[in-house]
Amino acid sequence: MQISANAQAIAYLISAVLFILSLKGLTHPSTARRGNFLGMTGMAIAIIATLLGTEVVSYGLIIAGVVIGGLIGIVVAMRIQMTAMPQLVAALHSFVGLAAVLVAIGTFLNKRDLGQLNAVLMGELSAGAIIGAITFTGSVIAFGKLQGLISGKPVKYAGQHQINAFIALATIALGVHFAMTGSMFSLMLMTVLALVLGVTLIIPIGGADMPVIISMLNSYSGWAAAATGFTLQNNLLIIVGALVGFSGAILSYIMCRAMNRSIINVVFGGFGSDSGGAPTAGAAAMEKGIKSASVEDAVYWMEDANRVVVVPGYGMAVAQAQHALKELMDLLEQKGVEVKFGVHPVAGRMPGHMNVLLAEADIPYDHVHEMDEVNPDFASTDVTLVVGANDVVNPAAKDDASSPIYGMPILEAGKSKQVYFLKRSMNPGYSGVDNLLFYQDNTSLIFGDAKDTIEGMVGALKGVAH
Amino acid sequence: MPETLVALYVFVLACFIGYWVIWGVTPSLHTPLVALTNAISGIVIVGALLVTGLESVGGFAEILGFIAVLLASINVFGGFLVTNRMLAMFRKKNK
Repeated sequence: MQISANAQAIAYLISAVLFILSLKGLTHPSTARRGNFLGMTGMAIAIIATLLGTEVVSYGLIIAGVVIGGLIGIVVAMRIQMTAMPQLVAALHSFVGLAAVLVAIGTFLNKRDLGQLNAVLMGELSAGAIIGAITFTGSVIAFGKLQGLISGKPVKYAGQHQINAFIALATIALGVHFAMTGSMFSLMLMTVLALVLGVTLIIPIGGADMPVIISMLNSYSGWAAAATGFTLQNNLLIIVGALVGFSGAILSYIMCRAMNRSIINVVFGGFGSDSGGAPTAGAAAMEKGIKSASVEDAVYWMEDANRVVVVPGYGMAVAQAQHALKELMDLLEQKGVEVKFGVHPVAGRMPGHMNVLLAEADIPYDHVHEMDEVNPDFASTDVTLVVGANDVVNPAAKDDASSPIYGMPILEAGKSKQVYFLKRSMNPGYSGVDNLLFYQDNTSLIFGDAKDTIEGMVGALKGVAH
Repeated sequence: MPETLVALYVFVLACFIGYWVIWGVTPSLHTPLVALTNAISGIVIVGALLVTGLESVGGFAEILGFIAVLLASINVFGGFLVTNRMLAMFRKKNK
C-alpha cells in the first residue's frame, strides 16, 4: 500500500496537532498520561505515514533498526531506576543528536547521487549536522558527569572562551564553504569540529548546574530535529523541533531564574567548587560550633508538631531515602501532624527530579509544594527536616552580599521553630559555599546516611506508638 | 513563495505555539516533560527512514540511515515508555 504526497501531508498535520496536544496534556498531572498517549499516537501516525509514502521503497534495514532500537528502548525504560533518570535523559539526548548528524550526512550522499544539491539545502544540512553534533558530544559529557564516569567539577583552562569562540567560528566557516562548494571534506571537518565544540562547551559547567545543562541539551535536540526538517523540507519535523526546542529553552530559563543567574553565567563558568573548599568550610564550622542532635530529639519535636516540612535535595536521591520518608509521613499523619514537602526548582540533577522520586515513593503530589507555595508556611512550621539539601536553604543567599549564591531564591527553612539537617558529613553543597543555617540557634545536625536516619525516626515513632 | 520561506513561516509560528503551551507546565512534571520532549524529538526517525528507504540508496548512506533509525527508535520507544512509567507514579492522595 502506498499513499500520495498529499495524504502524507495530512497525516503529518494530524501528527503535529497530536504532539501539541500531548505537550499541553503535560501541564497538569490529571491530564498528563493522556498527553503521553497522544504523543505516542502522533509518533505512530508519523512513522506509518512516512513508511507508506512514495519515497520509502526498501524496508529491510528499517525494520531491523526499529526492532533492535525499539527493544533496547523498551528494556532500558522498564529497568531504569528513577534516581538514574538524569543519566537516561542525557543518553537519549545524545542519540537524537547523533541521529540528526547521520541523517544530514546520509541526505547529502543521497541528494548528491540524485543530483539534487543546492546551496540552500546544503546550508540547512550544515545547520542540522552542527547542532546535532554539539547535542551528541555535549550529552555524552553530561552523561559522564551524571554517571560519575568523569568528574562533575567544572574543567577550566586559560583562554577557554577564546578557544571555544575560535572553534565555533571555524565550524561556521566550514559550513558556509560546504554550502557553496559541496565539498565532502568541509562537511566532515565541520562535523568533527562541532563534535569537539560539544565537549568544550559542556566540560566547564559544574555538577550543580546540571538541571540547566539537561534543559539546554533538551532544547538543542529539538533544534537539531527542526534543522533536519528544513533540510528535508518536512514541516512535521520543523514543528516538532520548534516545540521541543522551545520547551527546553523555557526550562533552562526557569532553572536559571531559580538560581538567580543568567544563562550566560551558567554556560560560561559555574561556581568555583574547587576541592580546597570542603575542608576549609568544615574546619570553620567546627570553630563556630554547630549543634548535633540525635534521632530521638528530632522525633520528640516532630510527633508533637502541628506541621512538619521536609526539604529534599540530591542527597535524598543518593541515599534512596524517599521510601523511608513516605513511611515517616504516614506515621506522623496518623498522629495528626501535617506533613508537607517543599521542593526547590533546582533541587537534584534535572528539572523536577525530586518530584519524580517522591511520586515513586507514593507520596501524593498534593503534598509536594513549590518554593513560592511553601515559603509563607515556614514561620508557622514546628519542624523542618532538610534531607540531603544544602544551598537551597542557605540564608547566605539572602543575607550575605559577598556570597557566590547571593540573590538565589531559597526555601526559608530557617524561619521554622526547629530545623534538623540530615547530613552525611560537614562538606558544603555543590557550590562550595558554607551554609549559614548550620549555625542558627534553632538548627541541629543529624549526621549519617539519610535513609538510615529516617528509618531510625520511623522506628522511634513506632516504638512510641506501641 | 519559495519552499524554504514556507518552512520558515511554519518554524516561527511553531515556536510561538511551543512558548505558550510549555509556559503552563507545573514544576512537579518537569522531569516527565523532559522525557516526553525527548521521545518526541525522536521524530528525527522520519528523516532517518527517508534516508534509509530511498530507492537508489546503497552503501554508506544506507548504513548511516540504519544507525539513525536504530538510535531514534531507542528514543521513541524508551522515551514514551519511561514517561508513562513516571506519570503512573503521580497520583493524588487516595484517602
